[in-house]
Amino acid sequence: MLEMLLNPAPILDVAGLHAGYGEVQVLHGIDFTVGLAGITALLGANGAGKTTTLRALSGMVRTSGSITLDGERIDGLATEDIARRGVAHVPDGRGTLMELTVEENLRLGAYTRSRSELAPDMARVFGHFPRLKQRLRQQAGTLSGGEQQMLAIGRALLLRPKLLLLDEPSFGLAPLIVREIFEIMRRVNEDDRVSILLVEQNASLALDVADRAFLLETGRIVTAGPAAELRQDESIRRSYLGY
Amino acid sequence: MDEFLHQVLSGIASGGIYASVALALVMIFQATHHVNFAQGEMAMFSTYIALALIQAGVPYWGAFAITVTASMVIGAVIQRVLLTPMAGSPVLASVGVFIGLLLIFNSVAGWLFGYTLKQFPSPFEGPPVLGGFVTRHDLGSTAVTLVVLAGVYVFFRFTNLGLAMRAAAYNPVSSRLMGIRVGFMLSLGWGLAAGIGAVAGMMIAPVVFLDPNMMSGVLLYAFAGALLGGIANPLGAVFGGFAIGIIENLAGAYIVGSELKLTLALVIIVVVLTVRPAGLFGRVVVSRV
Repeated sequence: MLEMLLNPAPILDVAGLHAGYGEVQVLHGIDFTVGLAGITALLGANGAGKTTTLRALSGMVRTSGSITLDGERIDGLATEDIARRGVAHVPDGRGTLMELTVEENLRLGAYTRSRSELAPDMARVFGHFPRLKQRLRQQAGTLSGGEQQMLAIGRALLLRPKLLLLDEPSFGLAPLIVREIFEIMRRVNEDDRVSILLVEQNASLALDVADRAFLLETGRIVTAGPAAELRQDESIRRSYLGY
Repeated sequence: MDEFLHQVLSGIASGGIYASVALALVMIFQATHHVNFAQGEMAMFSTYIALALIQAGVPYWGAFAITVTASMVIGAVIQRVLLTPMAGSPVLASVGVFIGLLLIFNSVAGWLFGYTLKQFPSPFEGPPVLGGFVTRHDLGSTAVTLVVLAGVYVFFRFTNLGLAMRAAAYNPVSSRLMGIRVGFMLSLGWGLAAGIGAVAGMMIAPVVFLDPNMMSGVLLYAFAGALLGGIANPLGAVFGGFAIGIIENLAGAYIVGSELKLTLALVIIVVVLTVRPAGLFGRVVVSRV
């Protein structure tokens, strides 16, 4: 009983997930969960299958196995239907609509929701990312990399997601900006109780914000557990944290 | 001078038609990067539907509304049934489908309605206006065109659905992740393009008479206009359409004569493609990474 109170049903439960592109299998049956209002980090080297895992969750690649979001199976659904069920995915490359303005990008983030909810949600996003407010009318393609990442996360939050998938938010950004973005991520998680699945190559950074983590190697999960525990793990330290 | 002014004004009137068809071409081009060669024939077919309705006793504007609606449905169904399965196929395969559609619409129209020229009524009857310079039909059809163009502009600029359509055209993957039904947006784009084409067909038919080949010249002028303005830029395409209308009329009256007008459109196409492929207003999208 106490166990159940301490570990409420996970927001995301993945079991036996296989995924691949055409003939090439990338994921060979992985199982993991993302805790409600938690941050789970998905670690691994290049080509381990991290991005593919996120794509599988969003229905962008062919999969088998079960994916359960908040008690409902979402595997096999179309990408747009998975988004409509509350999975916001910030893809690698950020998915910015370069040709549109910052404001239009944000409005699109809230596309599936009713118009009346837009204003308060926008205000909340500006609370997290005040810089976006100054750039509302600017063409999104002219933003700096850090600002585009902020826009991508802001856009994803406007979906009011149950689960936020972030694909390498630190990629290509200056350390100072990365720290700012991770700080905001932590705040979003704490204030708005958004559950986050974070894919990162920078393991040290990811283990700082995450409460749980698992390590992917060539399409299989080799280690999983509380972030603090993984931090102590000898092999992870040597291979992924570098000290 | 009067003659010159007259040529310019009637150039604007036919330019409006080219602008509409150019806009229809650009809408589909933006979403799919293909030029729908059948756009003109679809518009011609729509005009026959309107004529059939009018001959059956439906009042003009009623027939107009029914035709536009029916054309939008036909356009959306074509996208859904024929082009959805073509997603990801090579360009030539899509071109094949477009040419097939062109031939089908042309032949079916000939088979159903005959190949003889038919008179098509204009809702704008009466003596010329503005000191006798402009026929009422030219004035009315330009007004209708401008209303359509303004409507399209407002739709894309100020509505969420229009915004979602633009997003789906620019970045379908990202759009899906935001919950936008990209397939539906493509069908809607085809529907809108077909609707715009139908209006253009009904506006040009009283001038050139209706027959199954009515739109072949118009499509060429519209294509030239779209390229001139920039095939990836709706506003540019509209401008290009009007410009081609004026150029065509002036050149026909003073330079090459009416027999060679169509050649002029081809010359413009070739010149634009070699000198400035992005068109006059071809926007280069700035992006930092």
